[in-house]
Amino acid sequence: MPKLTLEDLAKIREKTRRLTTIREGGEFRAKVCVHMGTCGIAAGARNIMNALIKEIEEREIGDVLLTNSGCAGLCSREPMATVEVAGQPPVKYVDLTEKKIKEIFEKHVLGGQIVPEYALGIGSEKTDY
Amino acid sequence: MPEPAKDKTYRVHLMVCAGTGCVSNHSFEIKAALEKEIKKQGLDNEVLVVTTGCNGFCERGPLLVVQPGNVFYQQLTVKDIPFLVEEHFLKGRPVRRLMYTPPKEKMPIPVLSDIDFFKKQVLIALRNRGLVDPEKIDEYIARDGYKAMGKALTEMTPETIIKEISISGLRGRGGAGFPTGLKWQIVRSAVSPNGGGKYLICNGDEGDPGAFMDRSILEADPHSVIEGMAIGAKAVGAAEGFVYVRNEYPLAIKRMNIALEQARDYGLLGKDILGTGFDFDIKIVRGAGAFVCGEETALIASVEGRLGEPRPRPPYPAQSGLWGKPTCINNVETWANVPIIIDRGSKWYAAIGTPTSKGTKVFSLVGKINNTGLVEVPMGITLREIIYDIGGGIPGGKGFKAVQTGGPSGGCIPKEQLDLPIDYESLTQAGSMMGSGGMVVMDEDTCMVDVARYFLSFTQDESCGKCTPCREGTKAMLNILTRITEGKGTWEDLALLEDMAHAVKDSALCGLGKTAPNPVLTTLRYFRGEYETHIRDKKCPAHVCRQLNVYTVDEERCLSAGKGCDVCRRNCASEAVLGAKNQAHRIDQSKCIKCGVCYDVCNFGAVNVD
Repeated sequence: MPKLTLEDLAKIREKTRRLTTIREGGEFRAKVCVHMGTCGIAAGARNIMNALIKEIEEREIGDVLLTNSGCAGLCSREPMATVEVAGQPPVKYVDLTEKKIKEIFEKHVLGGQIVPEYALGIGSEKTDY
Repeated sequence: MPEPAKDKTYRVHLMVCAGTGCVSNHSFEIKAALEKEIKKQGLDNEVLVVTTGCNGFCERGPLLVVQPGNVFYQQLTVKDIPFLVEEHFLKGRPVRRLMYTPPKEKMPIPVLSDIDFFKKQVLIALRNRGLVDPEKIDEYIARDGYKAMGKALTEMTPETIIKEISISGLRGRGGAGFPTGLKWQIVRSAVSPNGGGKYLICNGDEGDPGAFMDRSILEADPHSVIEGMAIGAKAVGAAEGFVYVRNEYPLAIKRMNIALEQARDYGLLGKDILGTGFDFDIKIVRGAGAFVCGEETALIASVEGRLGEPRPRPPYPAQSGLWGKPTCINNVETWANVPIIIDRGSKWYAAIGTPTSKGTKVFSLVGKINNTGLVEVPMGITLREIIYDIGGGIPGGKGFKAVQTGGPSGGCIPKEQLDLPIDYESLTQAGSMMGSGGMVVMDEDTCMVDVARYFLSFTQDESCGKCTPCREGTKAMLNILTRITEGKGTWEDLALLEDMAHAVKDSALCGLGKTAPNPVLTTLRYFRGEYETHIRDKKCPAHVCRQLNVYTVDEERCLSAGKGCDVCRRNCASEAVLGAKNQAHRIDQSKCIKCGVCYDVCNFGAVNVD
């Protein structure tokens, strides 16, 4: 392996920090919670979660927190996810597909603009994080 | 599970403690079970299992911290894992029954930072605790690792590095508390004979019973020690360093070796580090586990391949050390503090602690304490805060009696001094010492004469025998103490013991002998009454010295409560218990060997000890 320079060291630092930032408990740009009750999983919540992971990975984003929680109580509208951009009220999205969540990720999570056509309403049940 | 690709993002990181404490509690099996179950649930794309160094709360191992969220799981078993993975990581429902519930409370505390054990700790030497995999250099780099070394090699001169360390107020964490900056200055100024090089040594010969600070740092964050040494090397002008670590610390040696290899691969050790033209490399030297080798001149002799025996100082190693060259020798914890001081600045560091003792100190908190473990606290914190707030007090509702700081050569500090602030000066004034950071808590059932005897038997055994005061003095003191615990002590013995303790302290060659009398002197100072009771009344107030115990049966209670159950008679190996079932029992004192079995087996409290 070639010897590192100070710049290489800084690059490794930035990249690894992005991948390990969820250990630090600091400030996050946004939090996305996918509801993972049995109903949610049956309706395809795992695909929604994986699509989100893929988005974060491909866009090399370090400050978006992905979590899951139990059933949100509206089983007929699963899969569901709650997006909470720092400093704004949480928004619940319903009847999600991979395509929809990608759009929500780009517009709401990164852009800060709510996607009203997929949203159920504003507000969230308590999660453990 | 194959090694995950480097750029993979995971939504959950499971930080499994893999310090020696948790490893002996099967944390590697927990890790394997987690990986298996995660795969089974199809979560291997989402959940990453990470092994970290010691978390500190060893009492509760094996431990798992879930990130994000800092959720703290404890005392896990392999059979808890399938449920945990399904509930928490798949369905997002944290499992309360695997969380920590403090003694005397009913509700578990889910989040690590809300637990009293962690609340008052300030992590500097242990700054990466539970956050990095010690076998992955990139994770150390992500937490500003090797940034300070980069700064020291490119922006600083040896003089400015030494100045920073001096202003920070850092003092040697191995026990004596010598100012680190001053030591580096002496090595820097020393002229190497024949124009040869200078050396650096990391003292990881941790020998105090119950102490595991150095081991935990080497296991959890080996790169912090390497980086600290590289900065020190530039400051003093050394090109070669040695990490002296006990062979009985296999995990520390393994992780240090991995870390050294990774650092060399990246060009952070070796020739022309970071392209700055600076050369430095480190070798590991394994010690055979002699206590005296923690003493710097004995350690140097051992590195040179000679018998590990101390020699008179001066000259100090800073002037003439390894192979006669100026040698900078510091403890593991001291080295681990160096990078963060250079990175954040001496003023930041000097703002923590007391006027004479800056920064933090790592202690291993053991003995009769609820929360056994590794803690890092700011200097100036009181013993009471460590024992009651962090340590959770004494188990079983027992009273506190004493705390021994500084290992076998430290002293025992009594209840009256619980509000003593911890710094080098206060502990020395109290007759003890900072030492490397062992802290043994003793409850009311402890006999202080027996404690002094125990620690002296350790130092006497570990005495290398080179100087007479230590070789003969510790032996003579041990004989006296043994006599006293057997009820054969006299008043002359007590006077002689005290005289001899002072004589050994004043005349021994090295730190081992000079400090060995400390447990005797402090117990004489704070618990003299217990010595006197042993000599005058031939009694041990704590009933620890069995030879002084007299066991009797309360015949009335034996019949009324136990109905002469006969258990004591059946268990007595020396046939000293007289009686039969349904009769009152009694002990024939001429046959009794004072083993205490009758007392232990009686379910009705009918056997008394006096």
